Amino acid sequence: MPHDLILLGHGSGGALSHQLLDELVVPTLSGISQAGRDDAAVLDPVGGRLAFTTDCYVVDPPFFPGGSIGDLAVNGTVNDLAMMGARPLYLSTGLILEEGFSRDDLARILTAMRRAADAAGVAIVTGDTKVVPRGKADRIFITTSGVGVLDHGLTICGSGARPGDRVIINGTIGDHGIAVLAAREGLELSSDVTSDSAPLNDLVAELLKEGDAIHVLRDPTRGGVATTLKEIALQSKLGIAIREDQLPVSREVGAVCAILGLDPLYVANEGKLLAVVAPEAAERVLERVRNHPLGRESAVIGEVTDKNEGRVTMETVVGGMRAVEMLAGEQLPRIC
Amino acid sequence: MNYRDEYRDRELVQGLADRIGHLADRAGRTMTFMEVCGTHTMAIYQYGIRSLLPPGVRLISGPGCPVCVTPNEYIDRAVAYCRLPETIVATFGDMMRVPGSSSSLMAERAQGADVRIVYSSLDAVALAMKNPGKRVIFLGIGFETTAPTVAGSILAAEEKKVGNYFVLAAHKTIPIPMQLLSADPETAIDGYLCPAHVSAIIGGAAYRSLAEGHGVPCVITGFEPADIMRGVEMLVRQVVEGESLVENEYSRVVQWDGNRKAREVLERVFVPCNATWRGIGAIPGSGLAINERYACYDAERALPVTAEEPREHPGCRCGDILRGKITPFDCPLFAVACTPESPVGACMVSSEGTCAAAFKYGR
Ligand code: SF4
Repeated sequence: MPHDLILLGHGSGGALSHQLLDELVVPTLSGISQAGRDDAAVLDPVGGRLAFTTDCYVVDPPFFPGGSIGDLAVNGTVNDLAMMGARPLYLSTGLILEEGFSRDDLARILTAMRRAADAAGVAIVTGDTKVVPRGKADRIFITTSGVGVLDHGLTICGSGARPGDRVIINGTIGDHGIAVLAAREGLELSSDVTSDSAPLNDLVAELLKEGDAIHVLRDPTRGGVATTLKEIALQSKLGIAIREDQLPVSREVGAVCAILGLDPLYVANEGKLLAVVAPEAAERVLERVRNHPLGRESAVIGEVTDKNEGRVTMETVVGGMRAVEMLAGEQLPRIC
Repeated sequence: MNYRDEYRDRELVQGLADRIGHLADRAGRTMTFMEVCGTHTMAIYQYGIRSLLPPGVRLISGPGCPVCVTPNEYIDRAVAYCRLPETIVATFGDMMRVPGSSSSLMAERAQGADVRIVYSSLDAVALAMKNPGKRVIFLGIGFETTAPTVAGSILAAEEKKVGNYFVLAAHKTIPIPMQLLSADPETAIDGYLCPAHVSAIIGGAAYRSLAEGHGVPCVITGFEPADIMRGVEMLVRQVVEGESLVENEYSRVVQWDGNRKAREVLERVFVPCNATWRGIGAIPGSGLAINERYACYDAERALPVTAEEPREHPGCRCGDILRGKITPFDCPLFAVACTPESPVGACMVSSEGTCAAAFKYGR
């Protein structure tokens, strides 16, 4: 029996399952060598309203330049909590493994999850592992759920934009989607595009020092910046006007998009946030973001208007005007 | 500044817009120009080119998207093929979601058919070599740009003695329908932005009878915003000065006599035939069929199938869109019943379709 592969028995709940959990999953994720055998994690009370979220990760391939499905699964859920202004505390995780998946790869992914959790300051406190027959899943799927606490009185949500607000992004767009696409399709790029996968909770904590000047926070993941801006415009019942020449796009991502006919505005990000902030605070916010390691290339990309309710318009690089709509269909499937 | 930036320069484009404005004033009437290339359609929407033009200059989209002009009967036939046992249908991705009369390749795949997306016809030949026990049927659609590569795949299959590779060919050629549409008094086309890639193969001479014989100005135009603006400027100037010539805005890529080598490859495998265009109908001599010599690679002759009776989608106005008679905004289904997630017609599916472009950039 090969020891380097995941077998159906590893998900049976029997002896092989225990072995996999005791030897690999639990010690890697939690740092405790002996698996707790109780049915649920018991958490200490926290002071404040709770934010609770869940997400599934099916990225293909599971390893790509700049990250893996492991850090993505942690960062994605951490970021969803952070976008509500919550401080992420605990995660749970579900692992669905395809029979025959490499045990080494699983170990690498679990290590990546642990590192990402440590970096974000969250603990993975409970989880489950299942194995399905070969062909019934593609290598590895991960789900994570997360709980965070709102330890302030601010309300940060998609409907909070106001006319005159500025829209800020913390860096270049489209890096994650293009990195995954390049890895999947074996594109030869002249220099590496790496995923921007990163936990944004620390950057958000920095932003929240501006208090109620922060009106909306959103991470433009699937569907990209375009889709997220449109959601904000619809939820806030206001217009958003952006300028294409202000959008930070790396040379390499721009080139790949031009060749493949993709629009970076619609390509997924995993370490970016859009902040809609009061105009008088915009300069200060930009300053704060730029001084953070995850915000060096941040920029003001547009503003909120009381014209064009529910619409996003863009002045193109050549000075033309056009609408920005939500991503229709799947531009790039299985990107996270 | 790289090569592309030069053609996306704001001042350059603004300068062209000003010049077009002045010229258009001299025309004293509204001029309508048609582009017949999906890449132009996308670029015009994407850069907001229409918003830069004076009210007297109208751009309309024609039958330039290869997926869109492919009629339902072709999709139905492809669907019939993918229901055969031991058969792999290989296609460019855009075809997957195009609705046929009652099904689509995507729907067939969901029910177990073996449909694969390939990026070139040579990938489909490789697929055939990897699966000697199966038939691989490649969906050969597209204009003069794609046809030589598909011809090349048939030559490659012959050379490598691949007996299980077939092409369901529905290639089309663009100049004849351009001539036909320009004769329609309702659309009243004042000139054409001629497609860049197609022209790189067929050359400027292919539009000569249209320009000189039928009096329709033709300008071969590149894809960058400054190219398109310059192409429009050249068309407006011809109209104002009462000329009708073939001009080449895209001379950095397109040569006057095109690409003879590619045409030779095309002519080794294909012969002109009648072709059915969605929305336009049958146009004599506007298609390319596989010739006798390579008949064994022709799916229709080597593996006849019966497909369902083709039906059009009630309410879909793709036909009028492809003839430039209406814009997507005039279709009552646009963005209501017809969206890219659940497209009613081909023009909403293809990434080069006029309805898809209008949905993504236009509203
Ligand atoms: S909007 Fe849809 S239904 Fe209307 S013409 Fe376009 S594809 Fe057909």
